[in-house]
Amino acid sequence: MSIFEYNGSALVAMVGKNCFAIASDRRLGVQLQTVATDFQRIFKIHDKLFVGLSGLATDAQTLYQRLVFRHKLYQLREERDMKPETFASLVSAILYEKRFGPYFCQPVIAGLGDEDKPFICTMDSIGAKELAKDFVVAGTASESLYGACESMFKPDMEPEELFETISQALLSSVDRDCLSGWGGHVYVV
Amino acid sequence: MECVFGMVGKEFAVVVADSSAVHSILVHKSNEDKIMLLDSHKLMGASGEPGDRAQFTEYVQKNVALYHFRNGIPLTTAASANFTRGELATALRKNPYSVNIVLAGYDKGSGPSLYFIDYIATLHKVDKAAFGYGSYFSLAMMDRHYRKDMSVEEAIELVDKCIIEIRSRLVVAPPNFVIKIVDKDGAREYAWRESVKDAPSVA
Repeated sequence: MSIFEYNGSALVAMVGKNCFAIASDRRLGVQLQTVATDFQRIFKIHDKLFVGLSGLATDAQTLYQRLVFRHKLYQLREERDMKPETFASLVSAILYEKRFGPYFCQPVIAGLGDEDKPFICTMDSIGAKELAKDFVVAGTASESLYGACESMFKPDMEPEELFETISQALLSSVDRDCLSGWGGHVYVV
Repeated sequence: MECVFGMVGKEFAVVVADSSAVHSILVHKSNEDKIMLLDSHKLMGASGEPGDRAQFTEYVQKNVALYHFRNGIPLTTAASANFTRGELATALRKNPYSVNIVLAGYDKGSGPSLYFIDYIATLHKVDKAAFGYGSYFSLAMMDRHYRKDMSVEEAIELVDKCIIEIRSRLVVAPPNFVIKIVDKDGAREYAWRESVKDAPSVA
């Protein structure tokens, strides 16, 4: 089994009309055994910036602590919150630092930039950014999620419709993946 | 095979561990205590590599005591769980410890809590946790019978059910278990469940 599939995870982020939604599953497993059904994979960096970390749970926790630390330092120095684009570059740099001994995580970053323009991106475990205008996915259920999102997504959805769409895409995809599931957490901003 | 499990009840938490010290096919002793008292209100049950287990739990225990000495107040359970995770995570890519930990504690404000800490430093706050081959049986029993806010008697009844399952269904089942409990009055040994007693030493 791949190290990325050790704990099991599913993450998706979608862009709507002046809003974004980010959702994750809730399962924490150790290979075939489920340990908990209330695991948090999406973290708030500031009110308009969320990061989801799929992959190995221990690296997700370590990486989250490092990112919060860097953002708090940034807030102290610059006296403002980081823009999502800047934060994405920060995550990419931190991941590439460990190029030959990487964190086994695939982050999904979602935020509202200047004038509340929604921004989403994902990257691989060594920091290769993939910007998208519609949706991004990560985790063990990513292939199912690509299919579900592609068929369910419409541009410029309002928050309520976006919530429904992202929830249905997540739930139908994780139902086909044994390593993720047990419900979902959805954040709509 | 080593079994450690634990659960949270009403105003207490209980941790159970087997007590066999095994080296390949030989059982060195059957009354090894694998649940360390970190301080007056914390229990750390550990399973894994015997040297790492003894060494790492003692290291955490001494650091918890050091914090108490330096700062005059004890660490909370959450803080000690995060400290433990930090130590495991730092060592992970250099010289990893092979210890799985169930950390239980009682704090005055927040009551009892239980933490699941993997050997690769995955930390999660839970109501019930288990490690080892015994976890397949104990987690299943706990999933079936566990309720929130059980009394001590009900929890020990469930613990005994889990021990019976492990003894009857695990091929190399450990014969003896130690049960420790932590509540507002502190952390202490509750009982042993022995089916094989060590031979008494010759006088």
